[in-house]
Amino acid sequence: MNELPQQLVNGLLLGSMYGLVAIGYTMVYGIVQLINFAHGEIFMTGGFGALTVWLILPSGTNVLLALPLMIIGAIIVATTIAVGAERFAYRPLRGGPRLAPLITAIGLSLALQQAVWAWYPGAKSARTFPEIPGGPFELGPVTIQTGDVFLLIAAPLSMAFLGYFVMKTRTGRGMQATAQDPDTAKLMGINTDRIIVVAFALGAAFAAIGAVAYGLKYGEVQFRMGFLLGLKAFTAAVLGGIGNIYGAMIGGLTLGVAETMAAAYISEVPGLEQLGGQSWANAWAFVLLILVLLFRPQGILGERVADRA
Amino acid sequence: MRHRSLLILTAVLTTGALTLTACGSRDDKNSGDSGTGGGTQTVVIGIDAPLTGDLSALGLGIKNSADLAAKQANATKHVDGITFKVEALDDQAQPSSGQQNASKFVANKEVLGVVGPLNSSVGESMQKVLADAKLVQVSPANTSPSLTQGQNWNGGEKVRPFASYFRTATTDAVQGPFAAQYLFNDAKKKKVFVIDDKKTYGAGLAGTFKAEFEKLGGKVVGTEHIDPETKDFSSVATKVKSAGADVVYYGGEYPAAGPLSKQIKKAGAKIPLVGGDGIYSGEYIKLSGAEGVGDLATSVGAPIDTLPSAKEFVENYKKAGYKEPFEAYGGYSYDAAWAVIEAVKAVVEANDGKLPSDAREKVAEATGKVDFEGVTGKVSFDEFGDTTNKQLTVYEYKDGNWAAVKSGELTS
Repeated sequence: MNELPQQLVNGLLLGSMYGLVAIGYTMVYGIVQLINFAHGEIFMTGGFGALTVWLILPSGTNVLLALPLMIIGAIIVATTIAVGAERFAYRPLRGGPRLAPLITAIGLSLALQQAVWAWYPGAKSARTFPEIPGGPFELGPVTIQTGDVFLLIAAPLSMAFLGYFVMKTRTGRGMQATAQDPDTAKLMGINTDRIIVVAFALGAAFAAIGAVAYGLKYGEVQFRMGFLLGLKAFTAAVLGGIGNIYGAMIGGLTLGVAETMAAAYISEVPGLEQLGGQSWANAWAFVLLILVLLFRPQGILGERVADRA
Repeated sequence: MRHRSLLILTAVLTTGALTLTACGSRDDKNSGDSGTGGGTQTVVIGIDAPLTGDLSALGLGIKNSADLAAKQANATKHVDGITFKVEALDDQAQPSSGQQNASKFVANKEVLGVVGPLNSSVGESMQKVLADAKLVQVSPANTSPSLTQGQNWNGGEKVRPFASYFRTATTDAVQGPFAAQYLFNDAKKKKVFVIDDKKTYGAGLAGTFKAEFEKLGGKVVGTEHIDPETKDFSSVATKVKSAGADVVYYGGEYPAAGPLSKQIKKAGAKIPLVGGDGIYSGEYIKLSGAEGVGDLATSVGAPIDTLPSAKEFVENYKKAGYKEPFEAYGGYSYDAAWAVIEAVKAVVEANDGKLPSDAREKVAEATGKVDFEGVTGKVSFDEFGDTTNKQLTVYEYKDGNWAAVKSGELTS
């Protein structure tokens, strides 16, 4: 049986999740030129937020009915933490040397991880996450899981919403203006501080949706889940052209597909047997990143490279 | 100024959070009973295991069981004039942490024996540090053959690398082939897909399994290596499905094995996943969920609840009120700690009821000669430091629990 269509779908699903998280990196970078390394952990807290809602609901609740509440719970937890982080960890350092907020972000990432590890009941090892019941759907050669259906619906919807928000709403246009030139934007009467908060909150909300998808897909959440996924999402953002929201999604999809293809087929290339398989998928993901950055430093879609960098 | 104060506040909060978690991980130390009387001497048994992280379920079982052994020895005054204490350190399943812990044990002069670790890769990193100090180490769970028989154990040239290293667990040289024989002869599986996580334990186990399965006439229809840190195994699951295997063998531990089993079944390959003692845990049941039913695991020794000698252990464990279950290695950890206690007893009795000045060296020597009935059967060691107890059991995931299906020794 030909497994290519299935592997392609596997890659696209993984990539959609990377894309959802990558949006947060790219939006924050586009506006304040900060690589928010704590974003992976904000993703993780979103997952635990959804789990908390599930645990509060009476046991036996239909997962599909609980899902909207779980998404809201995830978004509330993630945005609260992201906005709090912006207010107390990043804003005081704005205007300071570039490296200071970056290091704060790394510290915050560790602190969040350890806080969940220490204080969330049972989080010292993986916690099981509810799964949507129902058998897998067979579409020709492709099998799709119930948990993946959520991702298939949520990722394009989120993207469409974001596109609309940035292009059509007042706040969205304010974001574009702030990204182009914060000082002029301020002179034009845009409250840039508020815009920055909105960027953090939106990024966190998308990460929270990604975290719910992660839980539904893999059936567990754990305190370390944001580290590697955050790193991959950041890679996806750079790959697509950091600062460009569509680039984040395209970078995510490219990375997911590339990784899955590498895991599935590299071992069949003569001479590369040793470098194939899932254990090498991460290595190939970064090879791809290096190649793209060598030949197209601005990333796949690559908006303008920040003119003030 | 407002900004500065905010900065300080953030820094303080962050530091506070980090410090608190650090305290949290340390407060288990010295949980052993002391009850030191007037002229008694204290012997500390070091415990090294993953007390936090993915593998903590197994690690905490090891810690509690060894702790129980020390408490029992104190309660019955098993060694006159000696009070046992335990010091448990967390290795987080990381070889580097294990080595640091080994150095800490060496530095504490009261430590006369170490029980642990769980992971073979961690064991590898600790061996030399402990051997240099002639400090005896008894692992309840390391199954990699090279730890006791040298790197070339498979080539027929067995050399014991470290004289101070012992273990109460059977090796993969026995466990992998045992699983292969069960699958081929009893379960009638002919086509296997072999997956491992490239770690000392996982790769070794998968290797010995594969060799025996092929020798028996079975077919290996595919091999894969996974990265246990990621949770997306969809590409592997798809490969398993299209390979047409009737069973999957996984060399590795439950944090990856649970999701792997689930994803393989969801991808449409309704075949059992079989693993070693690394997946024989209650956590595996939780992680693989309903999809994991029918999966198999081999583990060292006879099923602990069937041994009469084990009943007392299970009862005492309950009575002691530990929060965590003793898990797969509880009995072996208890026996490992007792091996150290018996060795200390022999040394003390040979020295007129006192610890000699070269106690560590003497205890290491005496450990090789211990011979007693433990909770997992007879506890004694061969010339390599391996247990003489070669019993193994196949368990099946059934009704939300592991149920023993076959117990026996490897037939060669």
